[in-house]
Amino acid sequence: MENLNQIESDIFNKIKNAKERESLEVIKTEIFGKKGIITDLFKKVGSLEQDKRKEYASKLNSLKTKVIDSIEKKLSDLDQSEINNKLQNEKIDVTLPGRSYFSGKIHPVSQVIDEVTSIFSEIGFSVEEGPDVENEYYNFSALNTPENHPARDMHDTFYLDLSKDLLLRTHTSPVQIRTMMKSKPPFKIIAPGRTYRHDSDQTHSPMFHQLEGLHIDKNINMGHLKGCLYYFVKKFFEVDKVKIRFRPSHFPFTEPSAEVDIGYKIQDGKIKIGEGDKWLEILGCGMVHPAVLKNAKVNPIQYQGYAFGVGIDRLAMLKYGINDLRAFFENDIRWLEFYGFDPLDIPTNYRGLSR
Amino acid sequence: MIISLSWLKNHLSTKANLNQVAERLTEIGLEVENIKSSNGNLDNFIICKIIKSEKHPNADKLKVCDVDVGSGNLIKVVCGAQNARDGLFAVYAPPGSIIPKTNMKLKIAKIRGIESKGMLCSGYELDESSNKEGIIELNKKEKNIGEKYFKNIGEKTMDIAVTPNRPDCLGVRGIARDLASSGLGQLKRQPPIKINQKFKSPIKVSIKKEKNQGCGIFGSVYIKNVQNKESPDWLKKRIIALGLSPISAIVDITNYVMFDLNRPLHAYDADKIDKEIIVRNSKKGESFEALDNKKYMLQNNMCTISDKSGVLGLGGIIGGTRSGTELSTKNILLESAYFFPSMIRKTSKILNIDTDAKYRFERGIDPNSIKLGLELAMCMILDICGGTASKFSVVGKIRDERKIIELDPEKFSKVIGFSITNLKIKKVLTSLGCSLRNNGKKIKVLAPSWRPDIKHDIDLIEELVRISGYDKIPLLIPEKENIKDTLNYKQKLFHFSQRSIASKGYVEAVTWSFTDSKIDNLFSELKNEIKLANPISSDLDVLRSSLYSNLIISAKKNIHRNFEDLMLFEVGPVFKGSKPGEQTTMIGAIRTGKHSRKNWIEKERNFDVFDIKNDALRTLNEIGIDSSSISVSNMTKRWYHPGRSGLLSLGSSTGPELAYFGEIHPSIIRKSDLRTDNVLGFEIFLDNIPETRKKIREIKPQFIVSDYQKVTRDFAFVIDEKYSSGEVINLVKKIDTALIKDVKIFDVYQGDNIGNGKKSIAFNVTLEPKDKTLSEKDIDQISKKIVLKVQEITGANLRS
Repeated sequence: MENLNQIESDIFNKIKNAKERESLEVIKTEIFGKKGIITDLFKKVGSLEQDKRKEYASKLNSLKTKVIDSIEKKLSDLDQSEINNKLQNEKIDVTLPGRSYFSGKIHPVSQVIDEVTSIFSEIGFSVEEGPDVENEYYNFSALNTPENHPARDMHDTFYLDLSKDLLLRTHTSPVQIRTMMKSKPPFKIIAPGRTYRHDSDQTHSPMFHQLEGLHIDKNINMGHLKGCLYYFVKKFFEVDKVKIRFRPSHFPFTEPSAEVDIGYKIQDGKIKIGEGDKWLEILGCGMVHPAVLKNAKVNPIQYQGYAFGVGIDRLAMLKYGINDLRAFFENDIRWLEFYGFDPLDIPTNYRGLSR
Repeated sequence: MIISLSWLKNHLSTKANLNQVAERLTEIGLEVENIKSSNGNLDNFIICKIIKSEKHPNADKLKVCDVDVGSGNLIKVVCGAQNARDGLFAVYAPPGSIIPKTNMKLKIAKIRGIESKGMLCSGYELDESSNKEGIIELNKKEKNIGEKYFKNIGEKTMDIAVTPNRPDCLGVRGIARDLASSGLGQLKRQPPIKINQKFKSPIKVSIKKEKNQGCGIFGSVYIKNVQNKESPDWLKKRIIALGLSPISAIVDITNYVMFDLNRPLHAYDADKIDKEIIVRNSKKGESFEALDNKKYMLQNNMCTISDKSGVLGLGGIIGGTRSGTELSTKNILLESAYFFPSMIRKTSKILNIDTDAKYRFERGIDPNSIKLGLELAMCMILDICGGTASKFSVVGKIRDERKIIELDPEKFSKVIGFSITNLKIKKVLTSLGCSLRNNGKKIKVLAPSWRPDIKHDIDLIEELVRISGYDKIPLLIPEKENIKDTLNYKQKLFHFSQRSIASKGYVEAVTWSFTDSKIDNLFSELKNEIKLANPISSDLDVLRSSLYSNLIISAKKNIHRNFEDLMLFEVGPVFKGSKPGEQTTMIGAIRTGKHSRKNWIEKERNFDVFDIKNDALRTLNEIGIDSSSISVSNMTKRWYHPGRSGLLSLGSSTGPELAYFGEIHPSIIRKSDLRTDNVLGFEIFLDNIPETRKKIREIKPQFIVSDYQKVTRDFAFVIDEKYSSGEVINLVKKIDTALIKDVKIFDVYQGDNIGNGKKSIAFNVTLEPKDKTLSEKDIDQISKKIVLKVQEITGANLRS
């Protein structure tokens, strides 16, 4: 009878010394294969005497279990050290930069148009548009600004023909006329868009943007105008306090007319809107002139209402602290990336207009 | 309109101080733009020091000086004076200054190629000496740099922005009247004059009766034996405060009256008038030399003041040198006339003349102020210059166009939102000069002759609310009710597409609607470019017919600043014609440069056609067009690389154009001096995107997923190179649209081992059965179908 103890210690030594899975497989065959050590020992069980057989078989079974456990354990140790090795080898420098990507931006003019649209949408305005090229009638005459009226001097106009009938609109007000002509009152619209004046210097750009507003119904009075613009200014500048001044002025297409100033102060080199004792003109407005209603085929005895016009670029400058109007259209990539907005920053009522 | 408190007090008795007056003026619509010390334009002149002066590189007699004006930065000024030298203290006039001697406004100018911001002044230019040689040399210290050169000589003035409807407020009295009406003091009565005017004016005046006669009334007075001289100090100061230069007592007095009463006058040297004054229309070809020392060639029908020898001046616009007054003038004829606004405007526009008189006449002068103006000026002249005055002569008459206006007090509250008592109406309108008469519930109103702007009841309502104060208008909270959707379909597309494209890494540009025709023509299919009649500069001479023109110009500027990897886009109008509505809304986007540059993990690679194609396709997908309805073809426009561009169209290659994409044509890139050879772009025709009337939820089919395994199979063919991948994909898809879910090209090869004119193309087909698991047999069957069909249609060979 072989010495099981000796066999056991030999086997465990072998297992212990195994360095990889493959050699462990070989050892496994050496032990449990057809001609394996333990297989051989089991074969001999039958030849033993009856009384010793039971005890021997029991010892052998216990040895078998021990060996199997040991192999399993060794296998899992080998796995673990293999993974540890792998982890060790696969270490990378995660501070290295990733793959290239480009971040897009929305131009401040577009962003402010979206903001303004969102605000007016809340109080029932819808958006209208008109062509950039207008004729003299829609841009001036229909708006109660006849030829040879000095008010035309304030509008240095780009013309497309020598007879001065075709022009680039000098304001968004022609959209008032077009809107009223194509349908029936009530009207409650805003019209953002490009406008053009033949004026180019440090503070003027030959193209800029305006937002027109028009609200016509049976009983819309100047108090509604005031309320609407207070609402707008407060919402747009996202301030609790807002100082606004309505000041009489003159536009041929509104009567009475007003200019609206907002209070501001300069704090730490930055403009602060809504407080302070300085005034800044931000928009022109008034009650639509009965002659304009008549020109647009709206009965001025039945209907009345207000209109206003705001400089969109100017709003953007004030809200976002941009100093130079000209830079809006120079499209210097550094400027666009600096002042531009993330495309996901969509101004909404529920999330707020701006981050 | 510039006004001082002391002058105002000639017409208004008030205890208010300057700031109170200014505040009130703004409140009643006479906006005070600024308050300044009354040096007028002289405030601009500043003590400076020449830090460095060098010879002008392009001119022997000129110097380029770096001048310290106390602003922190040195300013470059080109100067012709011999004595300009380093370290000299001098007088600096910035751009915008009006030079006293010449009355010319300084502009920034390039002098022989070098920009000069302002000038260094000589004593002659400042009207201080007759020495034209050299600039003024000052004995000053560093601390004086930046100080005003002219000491304050008078009181503060307010600059009021008078709106074009208020000619009456172009005179001090008009402003005083408005202030009095608003409760800030009392309008003073004008004392009656007592002058003995015994003789008749020896100069006969006639207004010729003709069509388009621009003069309605011509009043005049002849004053003999005057002694013209320098104005007294008080008058000089007022003239300077207005920003004008004192000339002589007679001229200064006419200017004074113009600003005092808004009553333009003109003084003639009576001895230079040939016999009589004839107010008549000009004939084409007539000319005269005006007081601005320019000679004007007249056209037909311009209102002239003439004598027997010809034109003396343009009525209401500018006088002529031939009959101008001088210090030696002995006898004068003083004119106070009424000219029709439209004629004034027409003539001055044609001749491009702008004068204080013209500015006032075109806005409307009180026709009843003729005698008033003559009286005031005559008194002042007799007082300062002596002499004897004739009786007034007033020739001509105009119809009083004023109508009685019916004012319904209830309309005021209907339009303005608060109510006003009849008493208040009466008080305000009367104080403004209106005559009122009650007529039942309504009030009949006659506006004063100096208010041509008051024609209808709404004009009276404006006066009432203006004087009452806009702060009385109630503030009504807006209603939150929508009549219709905020945006229509096209508008939604516009706003959505901006963010769709920006989310792909593009930066939004906003460029001008006009551009350089030389660039635009490269991207245009228009027969005629849309020229501006009066462009702002020769490189902004047309309306753009493509978004590419300005995007390329913007890209160029950035690339030249070494920002060479760019993704720019714009959504906006392009123009097809010069009539309203001949415009469409486009998206234009460009990529130029490299996708990755100096990146350790990626190979450097240029942006390519497949980047730009993806951008265009994905944008179209995102704005609602399914890939399956977009046809890709190699049709293109001439501004693209003919072999590296394509068309995305709706339905089929002949369907509506949705977008073009591709490499910009190499010759265009070269012509545009872009300093790159890689520019790609896409253009989307937003107006061609069909409006879907149904919501997505209505269009979507039911959600059905197959429980059966999907299967993929690879195929490779050698095929004639004329077949595009798109054609092969479409061909395969059509074989069994229910079963074949997707066809992916994973390899395209041309070269060794493949015959000339052939290419190898390999694709992967995804089969998604709906009703059973595909057996090997099923798969074989469909595979055979695919092979046969491709072979049959294209003559391709299956690669083994």
